[in-house]
Amino acid sequence: MHIVVCIKQVPDSAQIRVHPVTNTIMRQGVPTIINPYDLFALEAALELRDQFGGEVTVLTMGPPSAEDSLRKALTFGADRAVLLTDRFFAGADTLATTYALATAIRKISTEFGAPDLVFTGKQTIDGDTAQVGPGIAKRLGLLQLTYVAKISALDLTARTIDAERRSEGGVQLLRTKLPCLVTMLEATNQIRRGAMADALRAARAPIVKWSAQDAGVEDISKCGLRGSPTIVKRVFAPAARSEKAALIEVGEQPAEALIDAIFKRQPALETELAALARGY
Amino acid sequence: MSTAPKTAAQAAGRAATKKELPEHFKAYKHVWVFIEQERGQVHPVSWELMGAGRKLADKLKVDLAAVVIGPEGEATQSAAAESFCYGADLVYMVADDLLTDYRNESYTKALTDVVNTYKPEILLLGATTLGRDLAGSVATTLLTGLTADCTELDVDADGSLAATRPTFGGSLLCTIYTLNYRPQMATVRPRVMPMPERLARPVGRIVSHPLGLVEDDIVTKVLSFLPDRDSAKSNLAYADVVVAGGLGLGSPENFQLVRQLATVLGAEYGCSRPLVQKGWVTSDRQIGQTGKTIRPKLYIAAGISGAIQHRVGVEGADLIVAINTDRNAPIFDFAHMGIVTDAIRLLPALTAAFRARLSPHSRDRIAS
Repeated sequence: MHIVVCIKQVPDSAQIRVHPVTNTIMRQGVPTIINPYDLFALEAALELRDQFGGEVTVLTMGPPSAEDSLRKALTFGADRAVLLTDRFFAGADTLATTYALATAIRKISTEFGAPDLVFTGKQTIDGDTAQVGPGIAKRLGLLQLTYVAKISALDLTARTIDAERRSEGGVQLLRTKLPCLVTMLEATNQIRRGAMADALRAARAPIVKWSAQDAGVEDISKCGLRGSPTIVKRVFAPAARSEKAALIEVGEQPAEALIDAIFKRQPALETELAALARGY
Repeated sequence: MSTAPKTAAQAAGRAATKKELPEHFKAYKHVWVFIEQERGQVHPVSWELMGAGRKLADKLKVDLAAVVIGPEGEATQSAAAESFCYGADLVYMVADDLLTDYRNESYTKALTDVVNTYKPEILLLGATTLGRDLAGSVATTLLTGLTADCTELDVDADGSLAATRPTFGGSLLCTIYTLNYRPQMATVRPRVMPMPERLARPVGRIVSHPLGLVEDDIVTKVLSFLPDRDSAKSNLAYADVVVAGGLGLGSPENFQLVRQLATVLGAEYGCSRPLVQKGWVTSDRQIGQTGKTIRPKLYIAAGISGAIQHRVGVEGADLIVAINTDRNAPIFDFAHMGIVTDAIRLLPALTAAFRARLSPHSRDRIAS
């Protein structure tokens, strides 16, 4: 069995700061990490490989420095890493990103064998769109299972996969056919501690590096900024509210003072709260 | 939407590259909202989007259409009828029993076919699990732009959709256009837009469109559906009163102070993102850009500093009350009311005081 896991190297958003004057992102010194949601996808893929045999290929698109994230993935036990890097890919929106990744997965398919499964995280922490997984599936003509909480069965003979998919009001148990794209929900597993042997291997393992041409991109105008139908016109900090919060004095009875202030401002709340509180 | 965040300079550079809409896209007119129904229930986000869509349509002087997709029968018919009460000028309907359960394949075909046949300029969907699953597939099939998780929708002077969303993990906002492709697609999370008033209106024009599939065409099968037992999971977004805690609580044990106040108020409880990342609280309780957006009548934020990523999730609250030891915390910039004190000490006092104030014994006083 061959599984491709798409990962993304992202800035650790907890450490992002915005320049107070220019409103631009201060990237200097912000560490990069594997998108945390992708680790659930990687672990799910590794577990299936351990159970059914086969190989896990990790794929990322990014600057040359994204190699760090691929090596990290190798320390967890991935078998192969592919870095898709080219200035033509820069500034891609979701549609251009899925074009590049789908092209690379086709190339992986001819070079290393057709994948039975493609995994992605639920979303990234920098873009937060959750659209790249479905986009890749559509471009490759794969079936898709998004927001998967659990893969409950995999039958490589019948070529079927059963999965629990989170929906708004509950969980759908779905059965579909391989090859299939799965986006994993967070907190569904915990990434393993890599084995020492994998850590040693990861440090020296060759990373497959493809430019747009290497990956077999036929139409460069579908990549990066040029291939992106969406255009970011304005980046700005939200306007501050004209009036600051009215501060309540911390006196002898701050709780009572706060409640008085709340009900003074919104008198209707007192009866509504009393009704609500009685309901519990 | 960009997966690779662009710098402001790049963004400014691109703004100058505005091109003319290709000729074949000029037939695309009108604003559409996808009406999400699952298991016979319309998700409220659909009506919220109808409110936003109505404003866009009025500004563009075009029609607002609702797209209702579902099984044949009462539920789908009533979703169509309700759409008129929330401002639809007409309804496009794909009703087929193969659409009883949401499946990506059948719903993508239904929506894509209706778009290709009737050509809207703007298509809005809720950023729910169903909406995101569907929107990504439809946008890729149509090869058009999709802006996810918008917090504001407007049309500019030349009639383009200006979709604003938080970026860089919620530290900044950006306005995104899909200038030269149609339809312009956007998703909006539940509760980001206000619920519009429902007006009793007669059923108007309904345009039915066939699905054109048989069961054998759809590979994915639904084996079963397990409804959530803990319905509160989905109640947070729609709760009237919400109490939430942040890092200022100091330890996971102190989070119970938030839950206790919530219980006394008959409220839902939530938290800021760091508490989920630390594993103190489960992710379904997270409030903010990457969690739930809320619009309660009263929101009490205890020990939450108020990063933009949190702010965009709570700004729709009628009354935001902040408790924080740091008087310079950003939360005081958008809270209506605040108190500079330690939430760990104030919360138990607040719980006791609210209990006394709201107990049945004090009802006479409230009534008078």
